[in-house]
Amino acid sequence: MMLMKRRDFLKVGAAAGAMASLYGCAGGGKASGHVVVVGGGYGGATTAKYLRMWSEGGVQVTLIERNPTFISCPISNLVIGGTKTMEDITISYDGLKNKWGVRVIQDDVVAVDAAKRTISLKAGGAMTYDRLVLSPGVDFMWDQIPGLNNPDAQAKILHAWKAGPQTVALRKQLENMKNGGTYAIAIPKAPYRCPPGPYERACLVADYFKKNKPKSKVVILDANEDVMSKKGLFTKAWTDLYKDIVEYRNNSEVKDVDVASNTAILEFDKFKADVLNVIPPHRAGDIAAKSGLKMINNRWVDINWLSMEVNGTPGVHVIGDAIFPAPTMPKSGHMANQHGKLAAAAILNMLSGQEPSPTPVVMNTCYSFVDAKQAIHVASVHQYDAATKVVQPVKGAGGVSVARSELEGKVALGWAKNIWADMLA
Amino acid sequence: MKLLPTVAALSLIAATGAVQAADPNLARNLAATCANCHGTNGNAVKGGGIDALAGVPKDKTLQKLADFKSGDKPASIMHQIAKGYTEEQLDLIAGYFAAQK
Repeated sequence: MMLMKRRDFLKVGAAAGAMASLYGCAGGGKASGHVVVVGGGYGGATTAKYLRMWSEGGVQVTLIERNPTFISCPISNLVIGGTKTMEDITISYDGLKNKWGVRVIQDDVVAVDAAKRTISLKAGGAMTYDRLVLSPGVDFMWDQIPGLNNPDAQAKILHAWKAGPQTVALRKQLENMKNGGTYAIAIPKAPYRCPPGPYERACLVADYFKKNKPKSKVVILDANEDVMSKKGLFTKAWTDLYKDIVEYRNNSEVKDVDVASNTAILEFDKFKADVLNVIPPHRAGDIAAKSGLKMINNRWVDINWLSMEVNGTPGVHVIGDAIFPAPTMPKSGHMANQHGKLAAAAILNMLSGQEPSPTPVVMNTCYSFVDAKQAIHVASVHQYDAATKVVQPVKGAGGVSVARSELEGKVALGWAKNIWADMLA
Repeated sequence: MKLLPTVAALSLIAATGAVQAADPNLARNLAATCANCHGTNGNAVKGGGIDALAGVPKDKTLQKLADFKSGDKPASIMHQIAKGYTEEQLDLIAGYFAAQK
């Protein structure tokens, strides 16, 4: 990988700029420069598209992503439950490339030099930027579960908390499990990615068991005191739909595993499962964690809510699951998309010599399936508060579903189609 | 820090409730918070079951939002979301989508 060939890049940019004007974009226009976005998930892909769209092609954007295609974490629990396929949650980056003129490079960023405004790529070479956006998601703190701190163990006791090969592998383990077996899912202490996700997964595995292996059990080993999201709705689903299948255990932190016997080791107890699914505690993705950025609790990046710029590191913005969240803000794909738009708007202002908007707003919507058809939601709106300098949840707004329904199941799939298009098409 | 006077000026304008005049991209930015579900610039994916907002007359969108807020229009989720935005913000959002194709 060499330094970017500016001329080639401008050609693509001009074409996409002409296209962008067809889509009725307004505002911006004066910003110019080169923004490098690292990570093509919900946050990074959205940032890349919106930078191109809102600048009408004026800002050059390079997106660096290690995977060849986008694979969605939301909806991936339906793949684990067996009603969706990997194809259903896999989307190409061609829309970003061809429609929006984003330069997409499949590679890994191994170092950031914020003083020189350069990044180094795994394949070799470096790249300069005017502004850098890191959307690296999370990486796992394997040392917190010593038995899992090696590749063989990680290939047997899965997390499936990043959609991809682990999603397929966990599905395979469930398919191979005998009728009458036990699936256990271990949830780390909050904050973790996708607060309702583990409970959704427990429901969808239970739904699969109920229809195919009815003597089997699902045991939830939750490190937290209580169900962390949509509690009433999930517990009702477990009672109504999976009475003899799902068992919930609170304050059950998995401290270690015995890989040979598929046993979770808790503080005072052990639990042996046929399929053991351990979600280890996580922190900001490696590239954020090792780039000398200011971290909170040694885990999450400390950002400025007007711009998503890292406090103390000018020119570097971090978005998505990797940041220290604002009060009640979940680590979700929907929220990462919102961070991406906030960052894109702020960056375009900054690249044209203006301050970021003083009144950013972000909101979250999160659907969870409780069986193959029915879903529930939680929503919230967060407005910037100048006194605390943080986006704060709006009191009286947001909330959860009245009850699970097939209507919300349909909306949940509609949500997925729309957000995937909003970030990639 | 030469931009500080600008920030002070913006704060002053915000206090008088006319911040939108000072931030030409505010409507665009606010409307983008709806795009996750309603599509980029309000162009929802066809067949996704979620309303497109692009090109919908401003008054119609505002009425729908008011009805969600009051509970007159039943909703699974929009009554909860609409309450998170001020009237001024909803006005900007509805106006932005009305101007989209």
